[in-house]
Amino acid sequence: MATETLTLGKALNTGLRRALENDPKVVIMGEDVGKLGGVFRITDGLQKDFGENRVIDTPLAESGIIGTAVGLAIRGYRPVCEIQFDGFVYPAYDQIVSQVAKMHYRSRGKVKLPIVIRIPFGGGIGAVEHHSESPEAYFAHTAGLKVVSCASPQDAYWMIQQAIASDDPIVFMEPKRRYWEKGPVELDAPLTGAYPLHSARVVRPGSDATVLAYGPMVRTALDAATAAAEDGRDLEVIDLRSLSPLDLGVVYESVRRTGRCVVVHEAPSNLGLGAEVAARITEECFYSLESPVLRVTGFDTPYPAARLEEEYLPDLDRVLDAVDRAFGW
Amino acid sequence: MAKGDRGTTTRGRQTTARPRGPKAAGGNEPELVQLLTPEGERVEKVTGPDGTEYTVDFTDEEYRGLYRDLVIVRKLDAEATALQRQGELGIWASLLGQEAAQVGSGRALRPQDMAFPTYREHGVLYCRGIDPIMPLGLFRGVDQGGWDPNEFKFNMYTIVIGAQTLHATGYAMGVTMDGKTGGDDGEAVIAYFGDGATSQGDVNEAFVWAGVFNAPMVFFCQNNQYAISEPLERQTRIPLYQRAAGFGFPGIRVDGNDVLATYAVTRAALDSARHGQGPTLIEAYTYRMGAHTTSDDPTRYRIASEVEAWQAKDPIARVRAFIEKQQIADADFFAEIDEQARREAVDLRERVLAMPDPQPDTLFDHVYPNGSPLLDAQRDQFSRYLESFEGSAH
Ligand SMILES: Cc1ncc(C[n+]2csc(CCOP(=O)(O)OP(=O)(O)O)c2C)c(N)n1
Ligand SMILES: [Mg+2]
Repeated sequence: MATETLTLGKALNTGLRRALENDPKVVIMGEDVGKLGGVFRITDGLQKDFGENRVIDTPLAESGIIGTAVGLAIRGYRPVCEIQFDGFVYPAYDQIVSQVAKMHYRSRGKVKLPIVIRIPFGGGIGAVEHHSESPEAYFAHTAGLKVVSCASPQDAYWMIQQAIASDDPIVFMEPKRRYWEKGPVELDAPLTGAYPLHSARVVRPGSDATVLAYGPMVRTALDAATAAAEDGRDLEVIDLRSLSPLDLGVVYESVRRTGRCVVVHEAPSNLGLGAEVAARITEECFYSLESPVLRVTGFDTPYPAARLEEEYLPDLDRVLDAVDRAFGW
Repeated sequence: MAKGDRGTTTRGRQTTARPRGPKAAGGNEPELVQLLTPEGERVEKVTGPDGTEYTVDFTDEEYRGLYRDLVIVRKLDAEATALQRQGELGIWASLLGQEAAQVGSGRALRPQDMAFPTYREHGVLYCRGIDPIMPLGLFRGVDQGGWDPNEFKFNMYTIVIGAQTLHATGYAMGVTMDGKTGGDDGEAVIAYFGDGATSQGDVNEAFVWAGVFNAPMVFFCQNNQYAISEPLERQTRIPLYQRAAGFGFPGIRVDGNDVLATYAVTRAALDSARHGQGPTLIEAYTYRMGAHTTSDDPTRYRIASEVEAWQAKDPIARVRAFIEKQQIADADFFAEIDEQARREAVDLRERVLAMPDPQPDTLFDHVYPNGSPLLDAQRDQFSRYLESFEGSAH
């Protein structure tokens, strides 16, 4: 079986290529996705190989991208829409929330919209405003949408293909600051054998406390676990992968063992994913908990100027600080 | 010369039906207003499709002043690009090639006029008499603008494509509601945006609103032929200025590499607006000579010969050629301008390098005028957290 070392970005690119090869109904659409290959080069080379009808440079209008994707989907296509940066999805928000999310429900299942909305999200790249946001909770809060996030090249390669193959509309959150990180990718296994799209996964087993993360924060959590190990603390790290629906079975099992849990995300804490996760863990694991579920998140401010982002973003130290607090409870 | 009050333009008061635009002559590219050819030949005047006469009547000193603006604006832009390359700015959106569109329109503004820029209007900002350091905090990553639009009659840069066109329209509606149109001292509003932006819903809604409310607006579209990698054909089937007709106000295309024509057309449109005659769409036909931003690689999507063809239409070379032909300046003048530009660039650089990084806890400032207990708690917790490192190896 072919295993290659790829960056997360290249793994997505390869997954998109597979999807275009496997299903003639798959089309990619977005701003600068053609000749340029997208500002992050995730669609690099695809227009050259699949043509302008399969990889479409769209006019500069996000509402248009998603709205026309709805029509294409009604017509039987499987649009994969690229939103250039997290902060530019909002012009499309109405189409996503009012149309994409609700059409299956309204049509009593007659209309399926197998649309994937790819959004590079999160900070840490020193960008100007609107280029570093974490809007996942807006979508996870909306019934009818599914939301996933990949954290490793292997998952990027499989999850993008699974998302495209799924009949659900899926918001696909890509950890942009991890695009350049490398990892092994098994390229040939059948899609059906891949780890399920909507399942959380233990990425580092441990026994002392459970750290939950997704997208860009999985690497941060793993680094924190490595650092904690030096202090003799054995952290279990779980990659949530699916933000809606959440898959918390593996989380409950873990927290019942460890008794302590820290949730990490870049998005602000107020009504973020961590709030939902903490509430559910409290409901399910109350008698196993040695401390409250603690959140390590961005602050409830707009994403700040680049030279403040290190303060804003959860990092290894803040994760360890929360773990300490969980132990000191 | 008084800033923002340079030269004159005559425009026939519009009393007749308004919406129309220059027609594409025999299927060719539509005409554009040009008062200075790429060779530096002066065109006396151009009559627009509605009978408006576009011309300028500048003094020698004013011509030299425009040249000075163009050279300095280009030099400061080059300095910012260099600062980015050296890691002193996070990113830079260069205006290279668009100097005339920005200086011409920027100088056409009267002091009471309000501007709503994108992220590329450094030249307009300069012509408003604003310190060029002002937007660099955004690009350095130390702030997100931070200036008062009303103080400078120049709004903060807007990165979300097209959003500012609606803000400008609302501001212009306020001008009307305040009774500040109708005379020479009336206020006008200018909104800048790109060719790509014309596809956004916000921009089209701004056209609708400005038309319906007869807002004292100039929509100033710098058609630099690209939206990052996408050429104009990805945004439109008709010349952009012709879109105005469908919204019920005039549209006009001007040679955006011609500072005189851009000045004349913008001045006329602003004056029309301030006199209560409603919006105008100006398409300044120009070219982005550099990359979209310092993060971009234009060799992936356009060919060198296209860039070279536009090089021949350089906005500064033609003004210099004109000045030389007219013999209204000597070699010393050009040398002195270059020296002034160099000094201003050095000064800008030094002040950029001296820009302090923001204090960590300032990230909690100004989220709400009335504050928030949630944020107060987070700020306290954050301070205690930072204190916990004091004395440690961190
Ligand atoms: C709503 C939104 N979508 C996407 C972007 C990303 N983006 C930044 S500039 C740009 C192209 C803008 O082209 P144009 O309007 O022609 O202006 P120019 O940069 O050429 O001056 C794009 C797509 C954005 N800033 N905002
Ligand atoms: Mg453009």
